[in-house]
Amino acid sequence: MKHPFAITLDSGSSLANLTGSWRTMRPVYVDRLPPCNHACPAGENIQDWLYHAESGDYEKAWRVLTQDNPLPAVMGRVCYHPCEGACNRAQVDEAVGINSVERFLGDEAIKRNWRFTPPEQKTGKRVLVVGAGPSGLSAAYHLRRMGHAVAIHDAGPAAGGMMRFGIPKYRLPRDVLDAEIKRILDLGVELKLNAKVDNILETMKVGRFDAAFLAVGAHIGKRAFIPAGSASKVLDAVTLLRSMEGEDKPLLGRRVVVYGGGNTAIDAARTARRMGATEAIIVYRRTRERMPAHDFEVEEALQEGIMMKWLSTIKRVDEGVLTVEKMRLDEKGFPQPTGEFETLETDSLVLALGQDVDLSLLDGVPELEIKDGTVQVTSNMMTGHAGIFAGGDMVPSERTVTVAVGHGKKAARHIDAWLGGAVYAAPEKHELASFDKLNTWYYADAPKTVRPMLEGVRRQSTFEEVQGGLDETNALYEARRCLSCGNCFECDNCYGVCPDNAVIKLGPGNRFKFNYDYCKGCSLCATECPCGAIKMVSETI
Amino acid sequence: MSDSTANAATQKLRFYQKGTFTVGNRLVPDAERSVQASIDRSNALTCGHRACQGCGEALGARYAMDVAMRVTRGNLIAVNATGCLEVFTTPYPETSWQMPWLHSLFGNAAAVATGVAAAMRVKSRPEVRVIAQGGDGGTTDIGFGCLSGMFERNDDVLYICYDNEGYMNTGVQRSSATPPTARTATTPAMGPEPGNVFGTGKSLPRIAVAHGIPYVATATVADLHDLERKVSKAMGIHGARYIHIHVPCPLGWGSASHDTIRLARLAVECGLFPVFEAEHGAVTNSRKIRRPVPVDEYLKPQRRFAHLFKDAAGAKRLAHLQAIADHNIVEYKLLGQEEGA
Repeated sequence: MKHPFAITLDSGSSLANLTGSWRTMRPVYVDRLPPCNHACPAGENIQDWLYHAESGDYEKAWRVLTQDNPLPAVMGRVCYHPCEGACNRAQVDEAVGINSVERFLGDEAIKRNWRFTPPEQKTGKRVLVVGAGPSGLSAAYHLRRMGHAVAIHDAGPAAGGMMRFGIPKYRLPRDVLDAEIKRILDLGVELKLNAKVDNILETMKVGRFDAAFLAVGAHIGKRAFIPAGSASKVLDAVTLLRSMEGEDKPLLGRRVVVYGGGNTAIDAARTARRMGATEAIIVYRRTRERMPAHDFEVEEALQEGIMMKWLSTIKRVDEGVLTVEKMRLDEKGFPQPTGEFETLETDSLVLALGQDVDLSLLDGVPELEIKDGTVQVTSNMMTGHAGIFAGGDMVPSERTVTVAVGHGKKAARHIDAWLGGAVYAAPEKHELASFDKLNTWYYADAPKTVRPMLEGVRRQSTFEEVQGGLDETNALYEARRCLSCGNCFECDNCYGVCPDNAVIKLGPGNRFKFNYDYCKGCSLCATECPCGAIKMVSETI
Repeated sequence: MSDSTANAATQKLRFYQKGTFTVGNRLVPDAERSVQASIDRSNALTCGHRACQGCGEALGARYAMDVAMRVTRGNLIAVNATGCLEVFTTPYPETSWQMPWLHSLFGNAAAVATGVAAAMRVKSRPEVRVIAQGGDGGTTDIGFGCLSGMFERNDDVLYICYDNEGYMNTGVQRSSATPPTARTATTPAMGPEPGNVFGTGKSLPRIAVAHGIPYVATATVADLHDLERKVSKAMGIHGARYIHIHVPCPLGWGSASHDTIRLARLAVECGLFPVFEAEHGAVTNSRKIRRPVPVDEYLKPQRRFAHLFKDAAGAKRLAHLQAIADHNIVEYKLLGQEEGA
């Protein structure tokens, strides 16, 4: 090549200079575990379904959601959303309204009549599910999708378990519940109602079932011994709430006292108020701070005019009047009697002191372990008897719908593996995408969307749903508040901030890759990644 | 992109809380994303250059040139002053520039660019635009005379200064853009007044504004959208234009390579580097501080300021720096709501 005057070399590109050899640290793309997913008792992949929801693809979002939980419209109403408690956004402004977006997706699915995809293969195995509550329905759904034949036997006149016979209508309208149950049954799950299983081994033998999942719940209201005079009206909260589903509504009178401090006590008091009680008083032996009920439920109850009597125990019930003893908390936080008494006028007393499990169906089953009134299961949800699994309220756990749904899924995976003679091994969990992994500069401030609430007057007299839902615009807004913790959302930051042009953009949906020929390992990409999806690892030199 | 459409785009991005300030955003159309988000950006400054890890100047230069390449559809010539940018991109005979690029002397980039622009006019190639660029040494010290001449003649050149606050590739010597108290090889952290002394140096953006030229702006590598908008706007104007881009230097500042963008951001958020625009001699707007921080947060991660955090005398100088920042905040109206927000 002929060169101009004073030029002796061909000009070349710096591309020949592989600066990747300078590197001592190497960036790698990772998927970290978002705190919401980590906190979800039902094991939902929340970050992933929000990702689809924020692009407006609600059906895809719903399909991703229902891979783990078949009851989003129910969940979007009754779940206590531990996901929101764990949400990293709470440290920026407010937690993402995950629960309200879930409800929007659930309602959208009912409105648009989205169906589950039926199983493609048949395994030829038969599984009996006892109990059509959240745990049983969840197990049936997952087992059916895995190709097993599933039959649910339930003692009650309708499916739903505590979702129908425990949760009041103003929190969970029954048409929503019915729609989500029907969608599961439409997969080909057989449902037998009014079919109480008295002897599990017998039922399995007769029905030629290869395995069973027990999820009978805890429906027996605990009674405390309280001396009671004649004609005093005492009933338990479970019975009260269940009878709300029947023809004969209970007569409670004008003044109702509920004894207990859990969510059931709140439900019972709010129900009593709607039944016409002018005074509904919750008597609890400790303080509000120590109440097991969720604070927002206590708040909603107070808004509806429910009264609370803290630090009190009921000593005696007579016709129209209760004797209450004042308590004080000792230094360990336990209530101690003070010897001071007072009386409380009342027409009826509702006991909300917890629930027991009816374990009679297990009589005569060998190798079972029963402790504190619950069935003991191993980490694979199997009882001591091979092939019999159990979950939900009847095993030791936190008794919520969401935990029950999670049990159903987990049990289904283990039952499926057990039926195939294998052991289910859960995939290893990713590292947690904690707040310190994020670079929140890149997220604009955006406060949470508040769901509309039914006005007070109607909340005191009707069973209309208290909390409203989001419409499409604000559901989309809410979904887009997600920080996508630990998972790339293709914001192009790494591609943009690399001073060495060493990030290759692979196009929509395909994310990025590093060009290690040129990456000098400066870590700018990792530092400026908003969601913590890049990790720096040492080069082996 | 005109000003009003840029504002509208920013406003629209606010709805996508997740990607408001990120380089790209999968939820908005390609046309509304930054040039840097584009899969076919020109990469005017490509891989294999010899800048240090985490170099702010390499980043700033690619950001600016890729926008200019897009708006001129590749009809662009760059004239480079001597400095890091020239040395690390073009060690003879190899270059990282994927565009026509010229280097002459340390101090004459503005004059050479004026000449290139004149040549294009003579050759009837009005579509070809010219950018002169250099570091703060080549701009505020050595090339200052030529630059001031280019300004007062209103030559059709956009001059971009990448300000890393010193002569970095020759071994970190002080320039007239080095901030007070910064330790450099020529302003050691010793004696009664350690580091660069207060009351020295100059603000070239202000001097440029005083020339009354059509457009002056400051920008940083921490705010890509703002930088791209300004370069794009400057390329839409004829006559002398000046953009001053703050580019942290891990080597000269004694900071971690991964902190380059964070430091550029903190410089703005603490008020020490005001980001503003001026037209025909008057400041027209400034970028508001989003998350105010004291100057310590910006200074502490830089070893050149380590002596400020050692004793009471250091604390006093720190307070002086804070006063400068506070003065900037008032003078450039750095607090308040972003216009159109």
